[in-house]
Amino acid sequence: MPTLTHRRLHLDQTKMAECIQRLAAEIAKAHPNATNLALVGIHKRGVPLAYRIAHRLRTDHDLTCVVGTIDITQYRDDLGSFTILPRLEGSDIPFDIDDAPVVLCDEVLFTGRSVRAAIDALMDFGRPRCVELATLIDRDGREFPIQPTYCGDRITLPADQRVAVRFVEIEDDNEDAVYIESAPLSQA
Amino acid sequence: MTPRKDLLDIASLSNEEIEFVLANAAPFKDLFRRSVKKVPPLRGRTVLTLFYEPSTRTRSSFEVAASRLSADVTHFDVEFSSVVKGESILDTVETLEAMQLDYIVVRHKQAGIPNLIARNTAASVINAGDGWHAHPTQALLDAFTAREVLEDLRGRRALIVGDIQHSRVARSTSLIFRRLGMEVAYLAPGSLMPRQIPDEITTFGNWQDAFDWKPDIVYLLRVQSERLDEPFFPSATEYHNNFGLTDARLKVLNDRKLWLMHPGPVNRGVEITDAGMNYERSLINQQVENGIAVRMSVLYWLRPGAAPVA
Repeated sequence: MPTLTHRRLHLDQTKMAECIQRLAAEIAKAHPNATNLALVGIHKRGVPLAYRIAHRLRTDHDLTCVVGTIDITQYRDDLGSFTILPRLEGSDIPFDIDDAPVVLCDEVLFTGRSVRAAIDALMDFGRPRCVELATLIDRDGREFPIQPTYCGDRITLPADQRVAVRFVEIEDDNEDAVYIESAPLSQA
Repeated sequence: MTPRKDLLDIASLSNEEIEFVLANAAPFKDLFRRSVKKVPPLRGRTVLTLFYEPSTRTRSSFEVAASRLSADVTHFDVEFSSVVKGESILDTVETLEAMQLDYIVVRHKQAGIPNLIARNTAASVINAGDGWHAHPTQALLDAFTAREVLEDLRGRRALIVGDIQHSRVARSTSLIFRRLGMEVAYLAPGSLMPRQIPDEITTFGNWQDAFDWKPDIVYLLRVQSERLDEPFFPSATEYHNNFGLTDARLKVLNDRKLWLMHPGPVNRGVEITDAGMNYERSLINQQVENGIAVRMSVLYWLRPGAAPVA
């Protein structure tokens, strides 16, 4: 593990929950009468985000949706340069996405490369009516022409800083929080 | 997991590497149930199958696996190539090297040829069976298949039946089964039982004793037709009666709910009967399907140009 020169809390559990609530409200507003709305979380922290948004859609807006997960490893444009190969999680989309509005969920939007890979991966499952993007944190540094449709919080950071989102559902995360870390940029 | 250059045998794999390949095979298998059965990690890469020994299933399995990873797949047809004109293996490798291939899948009747090729090319080399030595992807697919039905293999028992002496499948599969915690026994006529067998492997000369050992899996080996012409056993009928899975022995499997495996292709009427082929707990077709997933997992893991294992 690299030595972290600095780590500060950006959003605590309460503020993070508010962001997710806001994301759900925006999605509900855009799809008021949707009968086949699908949320697809990008491994790995887009997955708990998708489930949390789905929960809020149901409880706050009486809107039901299906939730799937997508593993973009094999669609990454930098896979050949990985020195450590990740174990594959696999994608799980146990419903028909043809003609459905699909909201991809990812915890941080940075370069846009993961989302590019996720769109490619999703298209191998069918032809959605539309593909939207919900992200908890939108930070600057885009390398692709990709923008979020729904975004919980937007920040500008120096290039050597990264956003680290924690979800209790993820092993070893142990909390809900968003940190800003000054550390060498990782492959993630 | 660190990518490695070649897959030449099971013995050189660490436990972590075995687990990595087996774990990734499951998401690859999930792909087969989708309308698009293809993913892009080997896009722009070339996989060559170089088979000096006839094989239809292993070669097709590798070719399907490579195609589903979006690789370009080429077959080097040995029968029609310069090899029959006396070109040496290393001359062939030099030619292949000039084609800038990324992966070479090799089968050869002589043990060690894949290792020789691996040392002389930057491409990743996968051993698809060399002589009596090794068939690592068969072993990996057997382990993956056994785990699908038994989950944890520790303490479980596999009985391998047939021509152990001339079988690279017996060598590689018995090794991976033991590495994953299984107990292994061999059942074979004395003429087809190797002289040197690891101490932890039990040996039997008849089915009754083997059944008393209480195996969970019965793994039949193919009786190679070329052996039938040699004096290892008097006739196919006699082999069938003494060592084949007759319908009476199949009833024991059925009563005890034992799993049946076979690397294929089968010789009906020799090591297995028609009823055996239709046995409810036969995993033979599952082995074929899993072979593609496991070979995809191996191709995903290997990296051309990576440092070879010392």
